[in-house]
Amino acid sequence: MEFTDKHVQGLKDLLYKMADDLLILGHRNSEWTGLGPILEEDIAFSSMAQDKVGQSLAIYEILNQLGESDPDTVAFTRNANQFHCSKLVELPIGEYDFSLVRHFFYDHADAIRFEMLATTVVEPLQMVAKKFKGEIKYHTMHADVWMKQLAEGSDESKMRIQNAINETFALALGMFEPSDFEAELQEAGIFDGEFVLREKWLNKVVPLLESFGYSVPDATTTIPEFGGRKGQHTEYLQPLLDEMTEVFAIDPGADW
Amino acid sequence: MYGNGYIENDGKPVNSLTVNEDPIKLAAFEARIAAGDKIEPQDWMPAEYKKQLIRMMEQHAHSEIIGALPEGTWITRAPGFRRKLALMAKVQDEIGHGQLLYSAAETLGKSREQMTNDLINGKSKYSNVFNYPAKTWADSAVIAWLIDAGAIVNQLANSKGSYGPYCRALERICAEESFHLKYGHDNVVFLATGTPVQRAMVQDALNRWWEPIMHFFGPSDKESIHTETLMRWKVKMGSNDDMRNMFLDMYVPKIWDLGLTLPDPNLHKNEETGRWEYTEPNWEVFKQVINGNGPCNKERLAVRRKAEENGRWVRKALMKPEEKYVNPLA
Repeated sequence: MEFTDKHVQGLKDLLYKMADDLLILGHRNSEWTGLGPILEEDIAFSSMAQDKVGQSLAIYEILNQLGESDPDTVAFTRNANQFHCSKLVELPIGEYDFSLVRHFFYDHADAIRFEMLATTVVEPLQMVAKKFKGEIKYHTMHADVWMKQLAEGSDESKMRIQNAINETFALALGMFEPSDFEAELQEAGIFDGEFVLREKWLNKVVPLLESFGYSVPDATTTIPEFGGRKGQHTEYLQPLLDEMTEVFAIDPGADW
Repeated sequence: MYGNGYIENDGKPVNSLTVNEDPIKLAAFEARIAAGDKIEPQDWMPAEYKKQLIRMMEQHAHSEIIGALPEGTWITRAPGFRRKLALMAKVQDEIGHGQLLYSAAETLGKSREQMTNDLINGKSKYSNVFNYPAKTWADSAVIAWLIDAGAIVNQLANSKGSYGPYCRALERICAEESFHLKYGHDNVVFLATGTPVQRAMVQDALNRWWEPIMHFFGPSDKESIHTETLMRWKVKMGSNDDMRNMFLDMYVPKIWDLGLTLPDPNLHKNEETGRWEYTEPNWEVFKQVINGNGPCNKERLAVRRKAEENGRWVRKALMKPEEKYVNPLA
C-alpha cells in the first residue's frame, strides 16, 4: 500500500524510539567498562554496549534515508526533550543488580520487537531486524544465565535481584508506551504495535522469572512509567547527553 | 598496554638468583632456554624465575585493568559514532588482556583474587603511566597511539621470551594492540590536521604526556644487577634504553611529520651512533609516582577498590563451596 504522511510519521516515531533506546542503553552499559563485578562481566557489558550502539547507528541511518539528519547530528546534537527513549534505559547503572535486571527486561522486549519487525513491510527495517535478532539472542542468553545463577547463588543475591525486579518493573512496562500512530503502523503492516509486544513480553518474562524462583509484580495493577516516548524524561537523561556531546560540541562542524 | 617491568633486586648480591638451585637442573633449564624451548607450567624452574615471572605478568595484568580507567572515562564522551564504537572496543580489549594475563600468571600458582588483593592494597605495582590524568579527548588519542605503540615495542620483545603461557598471551595481545595503534594514530591525525582548536588540543596533550612516555620504558638498566641473569633466562628481552630507542626511532619522525612538536629541544638522532639523544627525564618524579605520589595513584586504586567491594556479593554468589581452586594449565 501507498504510505501516507501519517504512516511515515509513525514509522519515524517508531525508529526514533528504538534507536534512542539502543543508544542510551548502549551508552549506559559501556559505563561498566573497568568497573564490573568480575572482568568477564566488564567484557560482556562492553560487547552488548557495542552491539547496541551499532544497532542504533543502523536505525539512525534508516532515518537518514527517510530525510532526517545524519546519525552523528541526530545523536549528538539533540536535547533530552527531543529524545524518545524510555525512562528505563536512561537511569544510571546503579549497582550490578539493577543493571542486570534492566538488561534482562530490555533485551527480552527488544528480541521480541525485532522478531516482530522481521516481517515488516519496510524493507530496510526488515533487513536490520533479521540481522539484530541474531545478536540479541546472545544478550538474552547472557541475561537469563545470570538471573538464574544469582537466584541460586546466595540469599543475598536472590534478594537483591528480587528487589531490583520489584523496583524496575513499572519502568520496564514504560517501554510499551503507545505511540500516536499505533493504528497506522498496524494497518500499513509496519508494526503490530506496543500492546501486542507487551503481551508477548509478559508471556515470556513472567514464566521465566517464576521458573528461576522470583516473583513478578502484577502487570495489571502496576502503573507503567510512561513519558519517555513523548520526550518527558527523568533528571538523568540531560546530564548523560551533556557528557556524551561534550567533545562533539566543542566544534560540531569539525571532523573528529 | 605495559612498559618494562620494574625488576626489584631487594638489595641481594648478584648470584642470589641461583644460589639455592640444584646446579644440574639449573644447567638443563638454561640449556633449554638457550636452545629456544619454551618453559611450561609443569616444568622445573628456578624459584627466582617463577617469582620474577609472576611479578611481571601480574604487573602487566594490573596495568591493563588500571589502564582502562583513564581511557574509559572518554568512552562516554567520544565525539561521534565512529570514535565511540572504536574506543569501546579498544578499552574492552584492554580488559580482555588483563583477563588473559591473570590466567597466564595463575599457571604459576597465584590466584586472580590474590593478585587483585595485592593490587588494591598497594602491594603490587602497575605501569606508572596510568597514574596521570587523561584531561582531554586528545589525551585519549595520544594514549591510544603512543602508549600503545610503546607497549607493542615492549611486548613484541617479551613475546619471544621463555615462558610459554606468557608468550602465547602476548602474541594475541600484540595483534590486538596493533589495531589500537591504528585507531590512535588515525585519531591523532584527525586532530593534528583539524581545526586550530583540535590542533592545540593534541599539541597540549603531547606536551603533557611526553615525560610519562619517556618514563614508560623504565630507567636505564645500568643500576639493575640482575639484568644479566634475567636476560639469559629470557625473562627480560631487551634493555630499557634499547626499547626506548626503538620507540623513538619509530615514532618521533611520525610525530614531527604531523607538524607537532615535542617538548625536548635536545631530542635528535645521532646519525653516527644511530641512537636517539634526549634530555634525561626526571627520574625522581618517576620514583615518586611509582611510590604512590603521582597525580592519580590514589584515585585509580580507590576506583578499583570500590569496584571490588561493589561486586563482592556477585562473586560470593558464584562460589560453590564444593569447588576447589584449580590452576589453569596454560
